[in-house]
Amino acid sequence: MSRYVGLDRPKGPGYFLFWKTVFVVLLLGFMSFVYVASSAVEYVWRWERVPQYFWLQEDVDVRAEVEGELASIRRDADSTVLTITTQGHEQVRRLPAGAEVHLSEGDYVYQGDSIASYHQSKPGVLLDGLWITLKVSLIAIVFGIVLGVATGLCRISVNPALRWAAITYIELIRGSPLLVQIFLWYFVAGTLINGILQGMGLGAMPPLWYGVLALAIFTGAYVAEIVRAGIQSVHRGQMEAARSLGLGYGQAMRKIILPQAFRRILPPLAGQFISLIKDSSLLGVIAVRELTKATREVVSSSLQPFELWILCAVLYLVLTFALSVLIQQLERRALR
Amino acid sequence: MIKAVNVNKYFYIPEELHALRDVSLEIAAGEVVVVIGPSGSGKSTFLRCLNRLEYADAGHIYMEEKDILDPKCDINKIRAEVGMVFQSFNLFPHMTVLENVVMAQMTVRKRSRKDAEARGMELLGKVGIAEKHGVYPDQLSGGQQQRVAIARSLAMDPKVMLFDEPTSALDPEMVGEVLDVMQNLAREGMTMVVVTHEMGFAREVADRVVFMDAGQVLEVGTPEHFFTSPQHERTKLFLSQIL
Repeated sequence: MSRYVGLDRPKGPGYFLFWKTVFVVLLLGFMSFVYVASSAVEYVWRWERVPQYFWLQEDVDVRAEVEGELASIRRDADSTVLTITTQGHEQVRRLPAGAEVHLSEGDYVYQGDSIASYHQSKPGVLLDGLWITLKVSLIAIVFGIVLGVATGLCRISVNPALRWAAITYIELIRGSPLLVQIFLWYFVAGTLINGILQGMGLGAMPPLWYGVLALAIFTGAYVAEIVRAGIQSVHRGQMEAARSLGLGYGQAMRKIILPQAFRRILPPLAGQFISLIKDSSLLGVIAVRELTKATREVVSSSLQPFELWILCAVLYLVLTFALSVLIQQLERRALR
Repeated sequence: MIKAVNVNKYFYIPEELHALRDVSLEIAAGEVVVVIGPSGSGKSTFLRCLNRLEYADAGHIYMEEKDILDPKCDINKIRAEVGMVFQSFNLFPHMTVLENVVMAQMTVRKRSRKDAEARGMELLGKVGIAEKHGVYPDQLSGGQQQRVAIARSLAMDPKVMLFDEPTSALDPEMVGEVLDVMQNLAREGMTMVVVTHEMGFAREVADRVVFMDAGQVLEVGTPEHFFTSPQHERTKLFLSQIL
């Protein structure tokens, strides 16, 4: 009984044992190298300080910012409101509901006095960043799919206006770096759009949306080419059979060609979307506080670059791996 | 029913080819016309011109008095009345057998799912494959697939059926089952145009046989005339080679 499927001569059991060992040794060797090298530069690993950037748990000491009389303490369902009056001028401090107030109404406080304390538990900077990355990527993926399918269909249209528009869009986007496109969207298009919005009396569009726009339009161009290839990979007899039954072009596309093309393009689409998640790390340059930017901020305040950058990479890995598993599931179901 | 007048067709890819030269043919309702000829003679091209899968470059093709080469004619409407069976079946692989037969009825004929499925099952029964209605095409043999393809076309209640070498891609032992279905269809009075290499079918089922070579119709006649006393030298040569 041989399960060997190669075309060369079968390998003995020793072969596999040996090379598996080699792999493990290489892996361990690499990890020890990193450890030894970091010891050589006297890097102090402090993994125990990392979780706080994930989930912040801390006791906050609230100190008075002005001198005056604590006029009132009001407790609502969701907050504690302290009012301090200074020469007829009121200063209001809003604290969480569970805050413990050390003073009572009518007490006089000086600037810097401790007036209350509370326990704070909220998502840390990294988790916030991860959420922004996830949000930006998902929205961009949805828009990218819509844009890509539309452009892919235009790309194979007989209408020159549609076809040339699709080709121009695809070539422009694929021919310039994403970083440059992000700058263009934010600093050029953004200035124009925000100018118009302000002229109409509306607020500026937040940078996050320029980021989504840049990513979606970038991805759309690649998706368009994937969709086009997928459509063209469906045998032309399928279109002929559908049309010979009396279906129109649109009906045949929707019911016969696209469902078959979709199955085939799932793997390349997965690759494209994984790229998109990783590319979202560029959005830090336009002040979108996604995972990479968040990590950079934490690194500059905590001075623990090794742990944090490793963690950052792992978090991206979690996102991309989850997406790839998701699409594999979809693919398995779509096989039929 | 169908009237083709001086139909000409050129191909430019991969090289210029005058594929149909002044082909004229009239097909009456209820008639079974079998088109034979060597490969490259233009018989498939002619058949595909009849439902405009190929657009004839010159001439006229009338489908029940409607000129299908008129750019203003609604070709989808005409194609719904003209069934087509392909050499490579072209079943929709992402749909079950029943869905294959039901889809166009619902999309084009606007039948309810219930009606379409009833009609679909009836036709699958007629081609002898009703018990396979839930499986996907790739689980069927070639002969079974081609029978489903015939049922799929019949589901539109077409007035004409076009067969483009329906048995050429089949294993020899499956040719019979497909030809039987076609023979029954002919017996029921369906108007049929059949491109085939099955001379037995031509001899038994055809009302008329058309011989094509190099893009031209060389000879038209009854099967009897054809297989006993062909007139044209080219026809004699062709028949001598394949019989």
